[in-house]
Amino acid sequence: MSVDAHAEYTALGIPHRKLGFWTFLGSECMFFGTLIGTYLSYRGKSLVGPYPHETFSVQVTTISTFTLLASSFFMVMALHYVREGKRFAAGAWLLATATGGLIFLGFQSFEFTEFYHKGLSLSKNLYGTTFFVLTGFHGAHVSGGVLWLLSLFVMNAQGKLPKEKEMDVEIAGLYWHFVDIVWIIIFTVVYLVEFAQ
Amino acid sequence: MATATHTLPQAHAAEPTGVWSWITTVDHKRIGILYGVSAFVLFMGGGIEALIMRLQLAQPDGTVVSAQAFNALFTMHGTTMIFMAIMPLGAAFFNYMVPLMIGARDVAFPRLNALSYWVFLFGAIFINSSFLFGTPPDAGWFAYAPLSNRTGTATHSVDFWILGLQILGVASMMAGVNFIVTILNMRAPGMTLMRMPVFVWMVLVVQFLVVLAFPIITVGLVFLMFDRLFGTNFYIPEAGGDPLLYQHLFWLFGHPEVYILILPAMGIVSEVLPTFSRKPLFGAEFVIFSGIAIGFLGFGVWSHHMFTTGLGPVADISFSFTTMLIAVPTAVKIFNWIATVWGGQLRFATPMLFVFMFTIGGLSGFMHAVPAIDLQQQDTYFIVAHFHYVLFGGSILGLFAGIYYWYPKFTGRLMDERLGAFHFWATLIGFNLTFFPMHFLGADGMPRRIYTYHAWEGWSGWNMAATVGAFIIASSQLIFLYNYVTSRVRGKIAGNDPWDAATLEWATSSPPPEWDFDRIPQVTSSRPLFDMKYHGAPKPPPGRDDGIHIPPPSYWPIIVGLGITLIFAGAMLVPTKGPWLSITGFVIFVAGTFGWVFQPGYGYAPEEH
Repeated sequence: MSVDAHAEYTALGIPHRKLGFWTFLGSECMFFGTLIGTYLSYRGKSLVGPYPHETFSVQVTTISTFTLLASSFFMVMALHYVREGKRFAAGAWLLATATGGLIFLGFQSFEFTEFYHKGLSLSKNLYGTTFFVLTGFHGAHVSGGVLWLLSLFVMNAQGKLPKEKEMDVEIAGLYWHFVDIVWIIIFTVVYLVEFAQ
Repeated sequence: MATATHTLPQAHAAEPTGVWSWITTVDHKRIGILYGVSAFVLFMGGGIEALIMRLQLAQPDGTVVSAQAFNALFTMHGTTMIFMAIMPLGAAFFNYMVPLMIGARDVAFPRLNALSYWVFLFGAIFINSSFLFGTPPDAGWFAYAPLSNRTGTATHSVDFWILGLQILGVASMMAGVNFIVTILNMRAPGMTLMRMPVFVWMVLVVQFLVVLAFPIITVGLVFLMFDRLFGTNFYIPEAGGDPLLYQHLFWLFGHPEVYILILPAMGIVSEVLPTFSRKPLFGAEFVIFSGIAIGFLGFGVWSHHMFTTGLGPVADISFSFTTMLIAVPTAVKIFNWIATVWGGQLRFATPMLFVFMFTIGGLSGFMHAVPAIDLQQQDTYFIVAHFHYVLFGGSILGLFAGIYYWYPKFTGRLMDERLGAFHFWATLIGFNLTFFPMHFLGADGMPRRIYTYHAWEGWSGWNMAATVGAFIIASSQLIFLYNYVTSRVRGKIAGNDPWDAATLEWATSSPPPEWDFDRIPQVTSSRPLFDMKYHGAPKPPPGRDDGIHIPPPSYWPIIVGLGITLIFAGAMLVPTKGPWLSITGFVIFVAGTFGWVFQPGYGYAPEEH
């Protein structure tokens, strides 16, 4: 009996894993929706400082946001070259994508440390509570994505990522783009909104 | 790790036996049986908790258990019955029946399916292990903040509850994704969505509810956990936090959860009634769309659990309106069932008996839709009566109907009809004797969750009746158990299609082979088996399809499941003993995931033919 993962019959014409992953992303929307909703409903309700405008610098976070968004573009390039079967280029773009994520995480840990020195902690006030939990969960998602991308990079280096496996990269890409989109919303409601006032 | 995977056998033909084969199974039918057996054991555990409570309340000034023990009993009874009995009993049917009913050979992700089961089992063991540590959860099955905050409950009891629920939630989430893909993607050729059995439709709606509602409670519980363990302020009023946020998040999940519990039973009823009335389901499309409507509206009614919190007239009226609105699709279903039975050639086999108690819980629920009435009934035994009519009279009896209906399919034998009828009547009498008096007690003002009362309050008689009823329910389940076990050996041989039914699960042998169907059936209408039996649709030719793909067994699901469980279980030790248990779990999880991804026979490793 043959074992062939690609010959699966699908009623909708969408491979199982891709459909499953979209479903998972649907639940992730509810997950981050709840976190963001909580941040917004507690916004401005802290009883003691430090307050948002006293802690963060929009300029610094803009740079890290740009890096993360650029990495989404790198991801698209990586998928393109996997589909073309160009192993070296695919590996380079995969590594670039993961690096973009790592730079973002570096900025985030710098930011977290900085805020902590300014007196903001998880338990200090509602702002600290909601900010660290929201951005922390997002950072955890980015970390998982980086691990995933690096695994793909290693597989590609070992020659285990031929173009027939492009869907593995595509699904990792779906995840990566999703995490980016969530960050766009977080950046808007956490940072830009304060900056606008 | 890599060497270990290569020792696994490739796809095999003979049905394996032994404990190891159950631990490594990825067969949806076996996983269904595992779910069913585990859930029934937990169902009996939850039942024993209920019996102890009824003993305590049988007479005024009861001294069977302490107030503290009573708190733990009602908390664990509710938590067990909802998350560890009714949901997994439903999951047992999803697993066993859905692939058969849509003409598929397995679910879309067989190993993920096994993982769901193991995570569920470990979660159930974890939350119940709290009894051994002497700190069973005791803040109610909804664990409202601030009672569940660190200031309200200092022991680990609520930690067990939160983390146990998170583990069970992970299991449900994975199963949700799996079944959505299975149902949408693995239907046999010709089975359009509107030709799917209504049960499968209801499962699909339920899985969407699971996938969209569970993340909300996950976040709500993460907040509570962080408040307790790491000193955040989500539900801490002193820091400006709002305990009502917890109630909102809980019921935003909690009301869809009600439909997660009841829709599978409605699906079963929609299969059983047509079969035993010898008529197609009346207005099947309406039943399906009503199920979908219930799913959507289920997300818009949550605040009717919170009328007494003072949300203000606008919110009260809106949620009162949506709550009344959701009665419409529910009533559509009931009327369609009545119309199905009407004029049918009825056969009162046991499955048919169990579908009768549906309506009363809905009727009393409708009363609570009116805020003014709800204010009187909130937190009284009237509510207890209401949701037991929904969850026992609706869900549990519906699930029993499913067991009697599909037992011949998963054992190859019929259950004893006389004992079945006896089980039904004893359960029905015990059930109504237990829960109907609770309407009176509630209307008379007896509060929920009190551990005792005094004789002068005048509640003694009905409480004694309820206790007697509870013991009748419990003993009648022993009849069921006896019937279930002995019929496996002595029951009449069923054959493929004992009820002369119309859906595909009856088109294969009983029990089905590991690959479900020798030939994947072609579907021509919503009653494919009738087409073949009576309308001259082509029957599949004898013999077996070439190249049937059976995924090899895998021990990675149980390993990954252990990792996930340890990550969560270890979280409660973080403030005192450090994160080591969680880190261990994380390492097992990551290592297991890599082993999983690279297991031969699943796509990555060089394939041997």
